Amino acid sequence: MRSLLTLAWSSLGSRRFVALLTVACIGLGSAMLIVVEQIRTEARESFTRSVSGVDLIVGPRGGSVELLMGVVFRTGTPGKGMTFDSYRQIAGLQGVTWALPLSFGDSHHGYPVMGTEPDYFNYFRYGRSQPLAFAAGNPFTDVFDAVIGAEVADKLGYQLNQQIVLEHGLKASMYAAHGHEDKPFQIVGILQRTGTAIDRTVHVSLAGIQAMHADWEDGRPPEAFERLSAEEARLLVEAPERISAMLVALDQRAAALFMQARLGNWPAEPLSAVMPGPALLELWQIVGVAEDVLRGMSWCVITVVLAGMLTVLWSGLEERRHEMAVLRAVGARPRHIFLLIVGEAFLLTLGGLVVGIFFATLTLSALESTLVQQYGLSLSTAFSGRTFLPLFAGLLAAGLLAGLLPAIRCYRRSLSDGLNPNMGG
Amino acid sequence: MPEQVQTAPEQDPEGSPAAHAAKVEVASLYESQLTPILAVQNMSFAWPASAFQIGITDLNVKSGEHWLLQGPSGSGKSTLLQLLGGVLLPQRGDVRILGQSWASLNAAQRDLSRADHVGFIFQQFNLVPYLSVLDNVLLPCQFSIRRRKEAEKGGTLVDEARRLLTALGLGARDVQLRRAARLSVGQQQRVAAARALIGRPSLVLADEPTSALDADNRDSFLEVLSSEARSANTAIVLVSHDTNLRPHFERHLTLEGGLC
Repeated sequence: MRSLLTLAWSSLGSRRFVALLTVACIGLGSAMLIVVEQIRTEARESFTRSVSGVDLIVGPRGGSVELLMGVVFRTGTPGKGMTFDSYRQIAGLQGVTWALPLSFGDSHHGYPVMGTEPDYFNYFRYGRSQPLAFAAGNPFTDVFDAVIGAEVADKLGYQLNQQIVLEHGLKASMYAAHGHEDKPFQIVGILQRTGTAIDRTVHVSLAGIQAMHADWEDGRPPEAFERLSAEEARLLVEAPERISAMLVALDQRAAALFMQARLGNWPAEPLSAVMPGPALLELWQIVGVAEDVLRGMSWCVITVVLAGMLTVLWSGLEERRHEMAVLRAVGARPRHIFLLIVGEAFLLTLGGLVVGIFFATLTLSALESTLVQQYGLSLSTAFSGRTFLPLFAGLLAAGLLAGLLPAIRCYRRSLSDGLNPNMGG
Repeated sequence: MPEQVQTAPEQDPEGSPAAHAAKVEVASLYESQLTPILAVQNMSFAWPASAFQIGITDLNVKSGEHWLLQGPSGSGKSTLLQLLGGVLLPQRGDVRILGQSWASLNAAQRDLSRADHVGFIFQQFNLVPYLSVLDNVLLPCQFSIRRRKEAEKGGTLVDEARRLLTALGLGARDVQLRRAARLSVGQQQRVAAARALIGRPSLVLADEPTSALDADNRDSFLEVLSSEARSANTAIVLVSHDTNLRPHFERHLTLEGGLC
């Protein structure tokens, strides 16, 4: 077997150009499949883990998907937000266990900043009702305190008591222009990793958000003479007029539908309320269809690519009749000839798979920052064995299958062609 | 005759295991000397839808003998060689390799027996073009355990391949590592000879191996082939139309109009 693989390897080496081309094609095809599969796995993971124990997400009237994405995946401010008065009133409604205000709009090195109450760290749950845990430090207490997620700490190398400057706007490209460098925040807590958007979030108090923008007017940075120092801003902080959205937990889950309808007809301003569970499921189903289409297309691409390999092997057989006769004459049995061709298909597919994994890793790292910022999807380039071992095995099997046809043809012909390389043509 | 020899030890029911083994040893020696390497009796063959018949009434090739089977072009020499090598089976008569009829074996057994006992040399295109000269010579040892073991008797496989190549006039290391496709035709035929002889097969079947060579190359090729075959005690059956080859062979058979 080993010597046959060596033989197959040398044979491919003699047709290096075509072999490399085939490997590259298989590589591209399998890379597409791997990327789609990885996004799928990671998306499902971050979807199902992202939020738990929240019965309603309330925000300005608008698309429920937008609200959901904005709050759960931190992809942006959902519209113009809602008034703080509405938040207070809703939080005081009968049947509401707890409510948390959320305020978005700033960022730190591309990581979203979220303003909320300290109770967020007590109430919020993710995965299977897991509470947030601190790797170090405590929830924020002061106006200029910040609690950062695990990824922020890891990627930026932050530690407790470090001073950080937050930037206005969500896009990393905008922060240079409008920094809040005059009002630095101090890291007082670092959360443990959750595998959700929380890892990428810088949490500050609502007061902190207020203080940062105390000297801003209508979303416009202050002129030099209008600037307030951090201490002046601290004194000026009052309750915010608007927040971006709020989270609501109810005493009874069953009341969620009723509450959703009630908030949908909120008299003071137009609001939307979304039940995260069903909404995530719905969103997942929409994404799922697109994903199935992508997945199907990837397999089509693989099929086409493997058909290409089959063609290459098949068309090579004619000019290799001499070679096969020679091998037969030195004692190769027809099954050796068969295995030689299958071995070539195996090596081509294996090579393609290795190239594919490489391409996929490159693509995923290139896509990572876009997907995180636009869709809140965090991608890793670590391929989980449970998802990918069957996939890789399937690809190899498909490659072997594509090699079977030319191998059978070669096997048959080696029986009829005989051993004399001068007779076959 | 071989059947008698094989049953000989069983005629001695009281024999000790040692005596038994000794007798088997003697018997197999006896067998190897008396059983022809290749025996053809009343064989004839015709391709379907062809009136042309190929036949040999009687041919006995003994161990180490060098035979020239001569016939004009179109006398079915290549077909004859395939019959002798068990690639084709005759419609009548019998071809035996080491006492065993090719027809009594199934296709897989014929393949195995051929790999173990027969080396082939053809007119041209003998080599796998993308393998090195050395790897080409070693090929039979990959498909026959018997020939590998035999070749390893004097040292490593590569040593034996190098020894054969050197004996056949291809001693230079860089030539031995060159890809086969880059050799001259004369060199390629010598590599083919080395490959046919590695692992000391009982028989080498050669089909016009010199027809692509000029006279000088032809004679030196036959000389080295004969002398290496002699030292390995390998029998040669070479088919050719070329009467110039006669002096190189001690035994001749002329094929006339397809019947002899």
